[in-house]
Amino acid sequence: MMGLGARAVCAVAAVTMAGAALAAPKVTSFTLDNGMEAVVIEDNRAPVVTHMVWYRVGAADEPRGTSGIAHFLEHLMFKGTEVIPEGAFSKLVAENGGQDNAFTSRDYTAYFQRIAADRLETVMRMEADRMRNLVLGENAVETERDVILEERSQRTDNNPGALFGEQMSAALYMHHPYRIPVIGWRTEMEQLSRQDALDFYARYYAPDNAILVVAGDVEPGEVRRLAETYYGVHEPSGRPPEARPQEPPQLAPRRLQMRDARVRQPYVLRQYLTPTRVSGAAEDAAALTVLAEVLGGGGVTSRLARTLEVEEGVAISTGAYYSASSRDDAEFGLYAVPAEGVDLSAVEAGVDRVLARLATEGPTAEELERARVGVSAAEIYAQDSGAGLARRYGAALSVGLTLEEIEAWPDLLRAVEREDVIRAAAMLRPEASVTGWLMGTETATAGTEG
Amino acid sequence: MIGVSRTAGFLTGLLAPALLAGAAWAAASIQTLTSPGGKDYWLVEEASIPMVAMEISFVGGASTEPDGKLGASNFLAAMLDEGAGDMESLAFSTRAELLAANFSFSAGQDAFSVSARMLSENLDESAVLLRTAIAEPRFDEEPMRRVRGQIVSSLRSAETDPNALASRAWFGAAFPDHPYGRPGDGTIETVSALDADDLRAAHRRLLTREGAVIGIVGDVTPEKAGEMVDMLLAGLPEAAPERPAMVEPDPAGAVSVVDFDAPQTTVMFGHAGPLRDDPDFIPAYVMNYILGGGGFSSRLTVEVREKRGLAYSTYSYIASLDRAGLILGGVGTANARAAESLDVIRAEWRRMAEEGVTAEELDKARRYLTGAYPLRFDSNGKIAGILVAMQRDGLPADYVTTRNALVEAVTPEDVSRVARKWLDADALRVVAVGRPEGLGEAVEPAAIQ
Repeated sequence: MMGLGARAVCAVAAVTMAGAALAAPKVTSFTLDNGMEAVVIEDNRAPVVTHMVWYRVGAADEPRGTSGIAHFLEHLMFKGTEVIPEGAFSKLVAENGGQDNAFTSRDYTAYFQRIAADRLETVMRMEADRMRNLVLGENAVETERDVILEERSQRTDNNPGALFGEQMSAALYMHHPYRIPVIGWRTEMEQLSRQDALDFYARYYAPDNAILVVAGDVEPGEVRRLAETYYGVHEPSGRPPEARPQEPPQLAPRRLQMRDARVRQPYVLRQYLTPTRVSGAAEDAAALTVLAEVLGGGGVTSRLARTLEVEEGVAISTGAYYSASSRDDAEFGLYAVPAEGVDLSAVEAGVDRVLARLATEGPTAEELERARVGVSAAEIYAQDSGAGLARRYGAALSVGLTLEEIEAWPDLLRAVEREDVIRAAAMLRPEASVTGWLMGTETATAGTEG
Repeated sequence: MIGVSRTAGFLTGLLAPALLAGAAWAAASIQTLTSPGGKDYWLVEEASIPMVAMEISFVGGASTEPDGKLGASNFLAAMLDEGAGDMESLAFSTRAELLAANFSFSAGQDAFSVSARMLSENLDESAVLLRTAIAEPRFDEEPMRRVRGQIVSSLRSAETDPNALASRAWFGAAFPDHPYGRPGDGTIETVSALDADDLRAAHRRLLTREGAVIGIVGDVTPEKAGEMVDMLLAGLPEAAPERPAMVEPDPAGAVSVVDFDAPQTTVMFGHAGPLRDDPDFIPAYVMNYILGGGGFSSRLTVEVREKRGLAYSTYSYIASLDRAGLILGGVGTANARAAESLDVIRAEWRRMAEEGVTAEELDKARRYLTGAYPLRFDSNGKIAGILVAMQRDGLPADYVTTRNALVEAVTPEDVSRVARKWLDADALRVVAVGRPEGLGEAVEPAAIQ
């Protein structure tokens, strides 16, 4: 999971089907003169609206040595402007009967409010104001830094699985900034300054680096009029985010063993560096998505679960996932939790066996059919949540996908055939992988418990 | 200069008509129906998306479990989609996937819950499949072994999860002689010993016609929905399980520390609170919003997080269980500052009990609570859940139109009254999991189970 719901726990959808477009919802778009893109998703079932602004900048764009600054700034964006008193932003939203929050990921930072549809102008005016007019007091920065350090303690340091995830990423990405956790390394977080935040803000927060998404009981023409009034007044920066340092050729498989006294259930996690919908060909990403689904999506019907959990009984939980919508090459992951008395090497060998077989034989016709049914159903179910749709569009647009690409994605998924999945499996190269074992202090290593 | 007002003036205009319209929208469409077979259920027809969401809550959950069978409800919930009728586990899941029907089952202390999401085009076949899971689970040996292993593994992991440790210690101490004091998901020992017969017994006890409370939302007519209700419940035992006695938490305030090697202390605190049918429930709910309810405006968040940076998260909430009323809260705070955090929280508890709230605070709270109410009705699945919760709470269908007026009617005097009645900083039972400084000696995790 790469999302970091910063002000409160709210994870960003990073599921394999993320960004699936929909035939039925009424989606329109426009671009302001200053370069700000906008998408309107009409949903008239209830008189409410979700208003979001997405910045095409995330933790992977941070200057070296200031890890966590994208997320820290996201917290500080609630501190106030010349016209919104310090600490008043969320209170004003609440007093209008609305809810607000924000989240930061590796690739983007987003701010949102959910509120009665007739209050759209109120929240848009406030959001547009803080795009350029943030005011930060030194005291507010000092106190908020303690908050993000406690957030790191709560999310990461209190959870050995989260610490293990950090170690895995730092090994998988040898050079690309995805190796750095979104929350930041503690030693660098402790040093983050008001000036670091203001520099990041001045560099990246501008209309031509932002996407407006409005979903709910609204009329597109009215949204456009409001957007021109409030966002349209800002000057563009003319500076999109820089390309990030890319991975050098990865030539050596890496292995990790991490021990933590709090771990009661060991498991094995494998990650491969793979191209995404954005960094590579969309057809390849579609094939990798279906591969993840067939290998380890859903319940007991996936290859990993069926073989290792049901037939062999060597695992109690398995799964596969793929970060299809990351901006740069990102991870394809497999995991297995061994059954009692089964050691990690045995369950890892099982994972490799299942993968090798699928890579050779490809999926069955029924497996492909189930994946296709799932894609189509996901399109229908996604319409049930206006806020969820807003997130899908915002996330996809902010990593550089176009509306056309978003809407073509389900068809690409449905077009995946057996040989495409075989081709995708070949993209999981051992030299570009990390295999990690998370263990308790008592967990024995290979071959001693089997 | 853009057009943002310097003060809050323009932003805090009075309640908009659209907010009330939102409640009216939901209420106008709630149909309170009875199936041909005589079962009551609530329906909202919503044909704009070709899907149906359904929620069934069976009254009586883990709190109705015999002592030796703790965890059977939770185990049962994990087994209903692991083979039913003439389908083994794989066949059942394959069928569900080909229909794109999503079923989930869960068990809490008070209820056993079924959530279903089905496509209109597959509704008949999906409902039949769901009926098979509800009425004819198989409990085959292979999935029993596998799922038992999964549950035992998660119970083992809970032994080093600070939130799970805190919750277990808190409820164990607050309800020493009541099922609420037991771990609802069971223990490694009890779950390891549960067999298929135990789950069959739990199945007969929990899934009953009388106990079923049903909400349906989506692309379905009342005729079809009524047939579906009868079909789903056909063959289930009639009588709902007997629920445990009403209970109040042990009133003694206490601080206990559970030793856990982490930089942050995870704290859970609370004491008695109102039941859902308490005439003062709404004033208490409003009071809690101001004290520690959702959002960034609560006194706890402002004092603990915004002003002092003591925590990322702190909150309180009214936890109305079926058989006990509680006000609970939590905070995650650095070990070195745990005592300070608790002092601040206690001070806010006292301030609310002694001084109540200002008219302005109350006004803002009412505006948030009334304005945000329609936001809850934003998907078919959520509305189905609300229909079930309202029925379980004994609320009429038009509550969605009267609820905001109840909130509007709350006065500062009401808030003071409920705060004086319920809030008692000295009666707070506090469990701190970590290595907090200044909160006394730790007990071993093993000792509190």
